[in-house]
Amino acid sequence: MILADDEKAMLDGVSGVAKQKAMELLVRYAEALGADRFVDTHNIAGVPGSSTLFLQKYFEEHAGDGSFETVFSLYDLDAGEIMSVPAATGNCCHLQGGMDLEHWTDLGMSLEAMQHQHADEAELARHGVRIMKTCTPYLAGNLPVKGEHCAWMESSAVVYCNSVIGARTNTEGRESTSAAMLTGKIPDWGLHRDEYRHGTHRVHVETKPVESVMDWGMLGYFVGDIMQENIPVVTGAIRQADPLRHKHFGAAAASSGGVEMYHIVGVTPEAASLEIALGSRQPVATIKYGAEERRRVYDTLNANGRDPNVDYVMLGCPHASIDQFREVARLLVGKKIKTHLWMFTSRAVKTVADISGFTKTIEDAGGLVMTDTCSAIARAVPKGTKVVALDSAKQVHYLPAMVGVEAWFGTTEDCIKAALTGRWTGELP
Amino acid sequence: MIVLHGRGIVGGCAEGEALVTRETISGWGGIDPMTGTIIETRHELRGKSFKDKVLVFQGAKGSSGWSNAFHMTRLTKSAPLAMIFNQMTTKIALGAVVTRVPAVTELDQDPLSVIETGDWVKVDGDRGVVEITKKR
Repeated sequence: MILADDEKAMLDGVSGVAKQKAMELLVRYAEALGADRFVDTHNIAGVPGSSTLFLQKYFEEHAGDGSFETVFSLYDLDAGEIMSVPAATGNCCHLQGGMDLEHWTDLGMSLEAMQHQHADEAELARHGVRIMKTCTPYLAGNLPVKGEHCAWMESSAVVYCNSVIGARTNTEGRESTSAAMLTGKIPDWGLHRDEYRHGTHRVHVETKPVESVMDWGMLGYFVGDIMQENIPVVTGAIRQADPLRHKHFGAAAASSGGVEMYHIVGVTPEAASLEIALGSRQPVATIKYGAEERRRVYDTLNANGRDPNVDYVMLGCPHASIDQFREVARLLVGKKIKTHLWMFTSRAVKTVADISGFTKTIEDAGGLVMTDTCSAIARAVPKGTKVVALDSAKQVHYLPAMVGVEAWFGTTEDCIKAALTGRWTGELP
Repeated sequence: MIVLHGRGIVGGCAEGEALVTRETISGWGGIDPMTGTIIETRHELRGKSFKDKVLVFQGAKGSSGWSNAFHMTRLTKSAPLAMIFNQMTTKIALGAVVTRVPAVTELDQDPLSVIETGDWVKVDGDRGVVEITKKR
């Protein structure tokens, strides 16, 4: 690798042992990738030092304590020694976490786990990390600019960062983001470089226009399944592009596959034309998305649903935007639900939902608004849940396998209807 | 014996029985890090564990928790003995590095065509060499 002077200095230990170990990990990682240099980054989104009770107990047993610095040293930086961890450089935020600190008992969390999370947050604050606790940092105050080099985790945020904002990040992991927080470096590989940002395949929409949030999610799920790690260029009738629809499209594409970047011609920032999006190359293949494909995606997403009696409606995957709160509050105002309903979001968006009256409307109807986490991350559903209704293709992809439930997929309206009646009646419109 | 040559991305040597899938593997939400079992609903290896196996697969997909999930298998002693894969991504590079098991990619023949589940496979991550003894 070609190392800059500041990188060599960090490796030599000039800036302290923690930055040295962080650089060592980044070099191991960059060499595995086959990268030949690093790029500077000042926008990092990760989960530094956060530990489940398992990790905490593991390190108590194997290293004497499960403190933030122990977990950060031995696990995040994969170093052989416990170090004093300096404050993060640049704009660093913590992504989603394990529980809502107000409604932790509803999530079935122990007092010990809750107290541990409080302690972790105090450490994060002490280390200069913004406690955003969301999978949607771009809706909560971390919005990079086009061309900015970032080091982000969270596949749904990564795909949004690259595709919608035009900033540059690979799908980083816990260890690489934690190392980048101390060093401001990340391997200059993949999506940091112009030549790897062009589309490889074309997906042409031949259905009636893709317009609803559900249809954007289904198209995303289809695209991810076919593309895996490739970069699709979507053409055809796809309408009403807004942050909410991009959020659902990208999250779905990054679940059924590993899509980290997509182009929609005439919509996303690096796709002024089909030719520009493809980097003047021919697509490897052109894939049709027609009525038949749409039907198949819908059936796949509903393959886990059998019993129409719904116990639990989960909304907010990825974390709900303020416009989703408005929609859900509109559907619930003055009504009472028969199932459990949990809606997940960031603390920033919840604050706006609170003062806008949306939280109260949802809670008056019998729902709960929670922050920081979601059912899949927390592995928590209301006690006795057998059947879930979801409006997120991503959550459908993960939740049934993770907590052993049946799941239905449909529109937000289908889900609210299920909450009000206790029965799933959604159909493909 | 069949010998494949590629690029070692994590050093060390290990040998054992192969567990092969043409599919990519999801880390977080796709495996149970406590047991090394694939849990993804539609995966062809669903219910099978890669613990103490040489995992031969297309690559990584899904959540950015990939490295964390595989890193955890190292702590729970459920990690694969070694990894052989085709498609390089940040998820798998970081995941292999922190799992600290020998890992090889960019092989001169497609390992998914050459290696079958149950074959005995020796992985040399320092030299980027894979030796395969067919089960029959």
